[in-house]
Amino acid sequence: MTLPRWVLAPAALGALLVLLPLAAMIGRVDWADFWTLVSSDSSREALVLSLRTSAAATLACVVLGVPMALVLARTEFPGQTVLRSLVLLPLVLPPVVGGIALLYTFGRRGLLGGTFEALGVQIAFSTTAVVLAQTFVALPFLVLSLEGTLRSADPRHETVAATLGAGPTTVLRRVTLPLVLPGLASATILSFARALGEFGATLTFAGSLQGTTRTLPLEIYLQRETDPDAAVALSLVLVVVAVVVIALVRRPRGGAL
Amino acid sequence: MLRTASVAAALLLVLAGCSSDPDDETLTVFAAASLKGTFTELADQFENDHPGVTVELSFAGSSDLVAQIQNGAPADVLAAADTTTMDQAGDLVVDPVDFATNVLQIATPPDDPAGVTSLQDLARPGTQVVVCAPAVPCGSATVALEKAAGVDLRPVSEEQSVTDVLNKVISGEADAGLVYVTDVRSAGDAVRGVELPESSQVVNTYPIATVADSPQAGLAQKFVDLVTDPTGQAVLADAGFGAPPS
Repeated sequence: MTLPRWVLAPAALGALLVLLPLAAMIGRVDWADFWTLVSSDSSREALVLSLRTSAAATLACVVLGVPMALVLARTEFPGQTVLRSLVLLPLVLPPVVGGIALLYTFGRRGLLGGTFEALGVQIAFSTTAVVLAQTFVALPFLVLSLEGTLRSADPRHETVAATLGAGPTTVLRRVTLPLVLPGLASATILSFARALGEFGATLTFAGSLQGTTRTLPLEIYLQRETDPDAAVALSLVLVVVAVVVIALVRRPRGGAL
Repeated sequence: MLRTASVAAALLLVLAGCSSDPDDETLTVFAAASLKGTFTELADQFENDHPGVTVELSFAGSSDLVAQIQNGAPADVLAAADTTTMDQAGDLVVDPVDFATNVLQIATPPDDPAGVTSLQDLARPGTQVVVCAPAVPCGSATVALEKAAGVDLRPVSEEQSVTDVLNKVISGEADAGLVYVTDVRSAGDAVRGVELPESSQVVNTYPIATVADSPQAGLAQKFVDLVTDPTGQAVLADAGFGAPPS
């Protein structure tokens, strides 16, 4: 189709709104000291912690989110619409609100805090808390994206497989999942990216300690206090990681986004 | 580019302020987050004393405020939580004067689960202590306090601001935190404060100054005078602040 010309102006303006701040930030990078700034102990530990926790959170998202997407896309039960809206709430919730909610659930004096303490597990101020916060905010991305793919996949393949005698697990494993694999891949990468950028819930719920809970976004926020050059350099690292992630999402054909 | 944009935004704000009513004046005061209670009270008083004047208060971390002024934010008065940060403002401010001091105190949840009575208690293994990160003013004060007392703390978290530390204590996540005595005072019954004899060796001084580019330097100076005169000093003392160093 041919687009009306007037669409181009706001589209260009929108692109500029996204790209200009990025360019302005890159313009501020102190290239001479770039490597010194990003390779300090605190920066390296923050990056490693970020990648580790985001990977763990992504795994948790896949383990929990794929079944959630299947239930939402392939079954019907009363209250499903309401449940879907509620489960996707972290998508629109300010992360700091998520952090407060997690605090009252898994905190030492929270709903389940006593239970965990009795089991000898302390979540407060641990790396586990970071992963929980990241999973909380990233899970809806995976569920929403995969549910969309599942709904647009042709269910007749599944019906045919079932009539040919395949059990539900076989249908799921041999037909449904391979069918939505590209969508699942991009959904997984999306949730990884969301986990990587998590800031508000982590700060509120997990605290901030080098090597344990201080992920890259928290390190950037703290560095800004004393060393704005380091904060800008680290921001660029995060942008590069994000760009790589987006490139990975764009590659598989038939992805959900 | 960014600077031009923020200057343009600042100009727009100024123009908008001028166009409403020539008799109405707005004084913009940038103050450290820990001054929220006291400066809100003093601003009310200033508005009563100067009819037609509206005081706009902006509270944030001191270094954030200085960064905003450096980028052209339209402030008339700056009150910072430490002299180092005020020094960073350099020529952007005029003749800073010290107007208050603050010292650290231990805050624990009201039921004091870890039985904390001294700084040494915080170093006991298993005590969940939260402090400010050394990069922020309350954190550098904490490091100095540890040194003065000969105690080596192993905090479970180094927070961005004193408010974050206080919130971790109020919610019971932490057994104890190091915050300013004024924070303990303003938190009321939500926390229990433990005075530290060592704290007198690490005193934080608050300076206030008018901003060099302020279009209403006279009015700005009157606000500074209110803070430094006996009225302002009484309000600050009520909140737990100490007198400025003589």
